[in-house]
Amino acid sequence: MQNPETILPPITERSGILRWLRHNLFNTWSDAILTVVSASLIYWLVKSLLTWAITVAEWDVVVANLRLFMIGQFPLEQVGRLWVALAFLVFLTGNSLAIWDRKSYLAAILILGLPVFLIFLPFAPQTRIWLGVLAAAGILGWGLGYSAPQSIKRSVAIGWLIALPIFVLLTRGFTPAVEDVPSTALTIVPTNLWGGLLLTFLLTVVANIFSFPLGLLLALGRRSELPIIRWFSIGYIELVRGVPLITILFMAQLMLPLFVPGGIDIDRVLRAMVGMTLFSAAYLAENVRGGLQAIPKGQFEAAHALGLSGAKTMYFIILPQALRLIIPILVGQFISMFKDTALVAIVGLFDLLGIARTVLSQPEFIGLHREVYAFVSLFYWTLSYAMSYISQRLETSLGLGVR
Amino acid sequence: MNNTHPAIITAREVHKWYGNFHALKGINMEVSKGEVIVIFGPSGSGKSTFIRTINRLEEHQRGEILVDGIELTHDVRNIETVRTETGMVFQQFNLFPHLTVMQNITLAPIQVRNWKKQQAEETALQLLKRVGIPEQANKFPGQLSGGQQQRVAIARALAMQPKIMLFDEPTSALDPEMIKEVLDVMVELAKSGMTMIVVTHEMGFARAVANRMFFFDQGQIVESGSPEEIFKAPKEERTKLFLSQILSH
Repeated sequence: MQNPETILPPITERSGILRWLRHNLFNTWSDAILTVVSASLIYWLVKSLLTWAITVAEWDVVVANLRLFMIGQFPLEQVGRLWVALAFLVFLTGNSLAIWDRKSYLAAILILGLPVFLIFLPFAPQTRIWLGVLAAAGILGWGLGYSAPQSIKRSVAIGWLIALPIFVLLTRGFTPAVEDVPSTALTIVPTNLWGGLLLTFLLTVVANIFSFPLGLLLALGRRSELPIIRWFSIGYIELVRGVPLITILFMAQLMLPLFVPGGIDIDRVLRAMVGMTLFSAAYLAENVRGGLQAIPKGQFEAAHALGLSGAKTMYFIILPQALRLIIPILVGQFISMFKDTALVAIVGLFDLLGIARTVLSQPEFIGLHREVYAFVSLFYWTLSYAMSYISQRLETSLGLGVR
Repeated sequence: MNNTHPAIITAREVHKWYGNFHALKGINMEVSKGEVIVIFGPSGSGKSTFIRTINRLEEHQRGEILVDGIELTHDVRNIETVRTETGMVFQQFNLFPHLTVMQNITLAPIQVRNWKKQQAEETALQLLKRVGIPEQANKFPGQLSGGQQQRVAIARALAMQPKIMLFDEPTSALDPEMIKEVLDVMVELAKSGMTMIVVTHEMGFARAVANRMFFFDQGQIVESGSPEEIFKAPKEERTKLFLSQILSH
């Protein structure tokens, strides 16, 4: 038996910067050396990067072509539509943050505060007005979501469902362009004028959204007991996975017209979207299959033993678990698809990277590769990180780990 | 054995192979309504395989099985009907981890029996009271102890109001202190008149409520009889040996 008085209290960690430094960075001699070496390396890297960015780099190339980077050759008269579409997205984002991510004010302030911050940058007056509209939409959406999270949950979900069609419709326009008649705010903008971030965004979203049901069906098909469906799924998946995306994009651009009856011209952007969707679906199918295989046999048996049919077992028991398991993988695939859209530049579309190449071919900006590519990389990184952040929040709110 | 009732389960000459392995070698069994059957035997003797052929989780390859007058064939509709009338409790509980206890219990009544949600939830709550854990209704299975999970699994099976309950080693995966709480529920169920087939080595349970016991070995029924006959005067050497092994500790 131990005398209670002799039991020592737990060691309390004393805090303090010096203690932390000593504990984490200078614990042993080798630690100390490693710390000094890496610190000087980081210092040297950051210093040269900052020196370049502040003193050497000519950011005029970015400022002068900002509109090109964002929307490509999209005509000025119709730009208002894009702002409206964007405002709708920002509104929904504000809503969703307030409903599903109530506690993290930081995210809300960062995302919704961005337009407010941008207003103070030296943009054209019109741009500033639109940024004000964005800010208002975001704050309005957030306020609405915060005050009545339960009652508008459903509307917000529906809003997200129709967000893509609305966005595409607003981008495309409504009334056909007529010669000799001045275009209005509603005039259709042909896809060859879509470009920059706008195109990158649309390609990513369309490819990811449409490849999801397709991939799901292929994954289920690969496990089907019907040989024809199974062999078709396996054949498709293995064929597509064995081919680089760039060749699929070339096929979509060059071969597709050969199979389509004469006279029908499939839009080039649409061709790229189809190619990317078909490509992405094959990978998604394999990811989903991985998730399905991770579900123990007992789950199928328990569902069957209760009299649930095969389809209901899939829908209520297996898929919810399998998809939750593979959220990190799915987001990884979405992000890589986002970056892979850059390949369409090679088949002649003007996405973010395609625009970068166009800008660099202008005589007055020759030789400014570093600035342009640094800017483009920063954009890709920011958006990829945003997706990654959303997925982490999604995992937390779905209660992963509670098993 | 009660002969006034017709058989609710009939198995005739049931054979099953896994590749070349002959898992069931001609099983014959008739179970009357309200009977409690205990099946025991060494591992690999085919007892779990047999109980799983009754709701077609395993397919038998020769012989016939009739459950409540319906013959189990490749007809999917028949299989689903039999499964609706037959509840099953597994060794590993097999609760749905992404659903709450309440959702686990109400899913099948709502989706298969087309009950209203409210009706299903009221029934579920009654069942949770019956198995002694009404306060756990809104938790997830992962938050419960093994014994509680198995009791939820029993409630889930009972929610379909089955005519027959199958138990496949329901206490084998439980810590010793939790076995009793599950057995208590099963004893109560047996006394309420439920037809039950239980694969178990809990001989106390068998002695208390079983009408008949079947000893399986190497895919065959070696011996059957009332608990009295099996425990006091087993006829076969193999039965004697096995009983002495599991009762000695």
